[in-house]
Amino acid sequence: MLDGPLSDGATHALEPRDLDRLIAALRGRGYRVIGPRLGEDAVVYDDIAGTADLPAGWGDEQEGGFYRLRRRDDGALFGYTLAPQSWKRVLHPPRQRIFALSTGAEEVEMAPADPPDAPMALIGVRACELAAIDIQAEVFAEIDPGYVRRRESSLVVAVECAESAATCFCASRGDGPAVTGGFDIRLVEVVRDGRHLFLARVGSVVGADILAGLTCPEADPADLAFAADRLGRVAASQTRALDDSAGRKLGDFALHARWDEVAGRCLACGNCTMVCPTCFCTSVEDTTDLAGTRVERWRHWDSCFTLDFSYLHGGAVRPGAASRYRQWITHKLATWHDQFGRSGCVGCGRCITWCPVGIDITEEVRAIVPDENER
Amino acid sequence: MADRKKLSLAVWKFSSCDGCQLTLLDCEDQLLAIAEHVHISHFLEATRRVENGPYDLSLVEGSVTTPREARAIRRIRRQSRRLAVIGACATTGGIQALRNFARLEDYIGAVYARPDYIDSLATATPITEHVPVDFELRGCPIDKGQLVELLSALLNDRRPNIPHYSQCIECKRTGAVCRMVATGTPCLGPVTQAGCGTLCPTHGRGCYGCFGPAETPNADSLAARFGAGGLGGRDIHRLFHSFNANAPAFREQGSPSDG
Ligand code: SF4
Ligand code: SF4
Ligand code: SF4
Ligand code: SF4
Repeated sequence: MLDGPLSDGATHALEPRDLDRLIAALRGRGYRVIGPRLGEDAVVYDDIAGTADLPAGWGDEQEGGFYRLRRRDDGALFGYTLAPQSWKRVLHPPRQRIFALSTGAEEVEMAPADPPDAPMALIGVRACELAAIDIQAEVFAEIDPGYVRRRESSLVVAVECAESAATCFCASRGDGPAVTGGFDIRLVEVVRDGRHLFLARVGSVVGADILAGLTCPEADPADLAFAADRLGRVAASQTRALDDSAGRKLGDFALHARWDEVAGRCLACGNCTMVCPTCFCTSVEDTTDLAGTRVERWRHWDSCFTLDFSYLHGGAVRPGAASRYRQWITHKLATWHDQFGRSGCVGCGRCITWCPVGIDITEEVRAIVPDENER
Repeated sequence: MADRKKLSLAVWKFSSCDGCQLTLLDCEDQLLAIAEHVHISHFLEATRRVENGPYDLSLVEGSVTTPREARAIRRIRRQSRRLAVIGACATTGGIQALRNFARLEDYIGAVYARPDYIDSLATATPITEHVPVDFELRGCPIDKGQLVELLSALLNDRRPNIPHYSQCIECKRTGAVCRMVATGTPCLGPVTQAGCGTLCPTHGRGCYGCFGPAETPNADSLAARFGAGGLGGRDIHRLFHSFNANAPAFREQGSPSDG
């Protein structure tokens, strides 16, 4: 929905009921509204109908291989950090039917394409997630019209982080925690002195139009100062970091002993690539009905951790976990630069949290690439 | 495709519970279509009419636990153009392979009034240890979607789409929140082959490993993770020692005596 920056720099203050009106306005405009809500033991992104669906008073705690919901005492609606899976789920769906063919009376017929889905409004997109969406938009720009259509028709309501998880390292990647662009509306949630506000800025004409319809007052400069100060503290609170120049050198260490060490722990389960908001790999599968009169071609999320992923004539090129783990982080941090002009990691930390054995990409890079300052 | 010949099918039972072969009858919506393209030559759960081989496809359920079974599977192999083993029993030995870790006489003595009537092998072994097989469908029981996929692939001369990667990949595609990471529930999914349709993780449970080891399972690392999470050797042993206890990757995990 991006249609150029806006000159109006004013920030408005929304109350929770205004946020509800915002969601209603989006629904009224025909958007399928997706935002955070309480799922099975985690805050997940799913369809929402209003603020009543938001995870009020829920936060989370994350570490390597560890996630727990935590109650908060401030009733914040966006007090969680990051959902288990990113917006990749809706912009680059895990299973897509590419086409279907049927044998008709005379000849083979292409089944009609599915009607395009309703445009989506994504509520609660974090800074690192916006960066990841930009990365995938670049990856898919020339090759996946479905992605381009879904991205371009989506409206983004970003929400800046009020705290980081222990697994976050967006600050060291330059991809957060500040939300600087790529949104239609940006919200900053402030709960203090008995008030609950959302400081709103617009980033597009559509965003401005929707916000204007709510007629909310301008924000109090004291609240803006509080939010700016807090954002600095969020960035400073991150204890993990991943230096981009170190990641880019991974290719020089293809025979490092650490690959075998990490392979001893790595389950080759693929969770890291599945939850990574930038990993884009898919495989294609053809199916038939029993009669052989209808075939369908499906595209699924795939991972460089499966054996079939590197199957060439006669066998898999990456038979063991060492070569598969090396492929994952070398692509993500080094060769991604050659392909797409930046790294494929935005520092969301999901691959750390959702790895069942807590393998930490920042720690692995430190163990493999010598620290420049120490040499 | 009117000129296509029907596929002649034989279904065989070895030591097992019948659950896997019943999956074929359980394919309600597809049953008529299956009957249209598959000719049932031998399937005692469905019909008493029995035809002699050779068969285009034999589906074999169960493990080998008696001398008679060890002979029968060779005969069936000779009569089958293609032979697919179905279920945990046929692919790894099944729950009855727990006997492989105990003394058979102790079991027989505890269960039967006349132990001398029992003529049984000391071990329960998968069909795959006795004859070459063309295909494996895992699970306890198998998944009917995978069964139809196998038949459809054979009928249409294509490779069946049966994954060998971990259950975790299916959890993530489905959107199930990880049981292990979000609740601390021990889960065999990272070392278990996908295929069940994410049954347990979408019902608040960890994966029990019905589908047996995934393509390159690192069960040592997962067991170490369970241990670090507070499980004792005996609990770890029990987790791995259920439907697929006899699978090489699961066999040695944990320790039966260590609390
Ligand atoms: S590599 Fe890990 S931290 Fe980086 S974007 Fe992917 S999931 Fe997030
Ligand atoms: S890291 Fe692996 S799954 Fe992710 S984009 Fe690269 S090759 Fe694909
Ligand atoms: S690094 Fe972790 S999440 Fe990724 S494949 Fe290995 S064990 Fe699974
Ligand atoms: S619930 Fe189990 S199978 Fe699913 S992702 Fe988590 S560890 Fe893997």
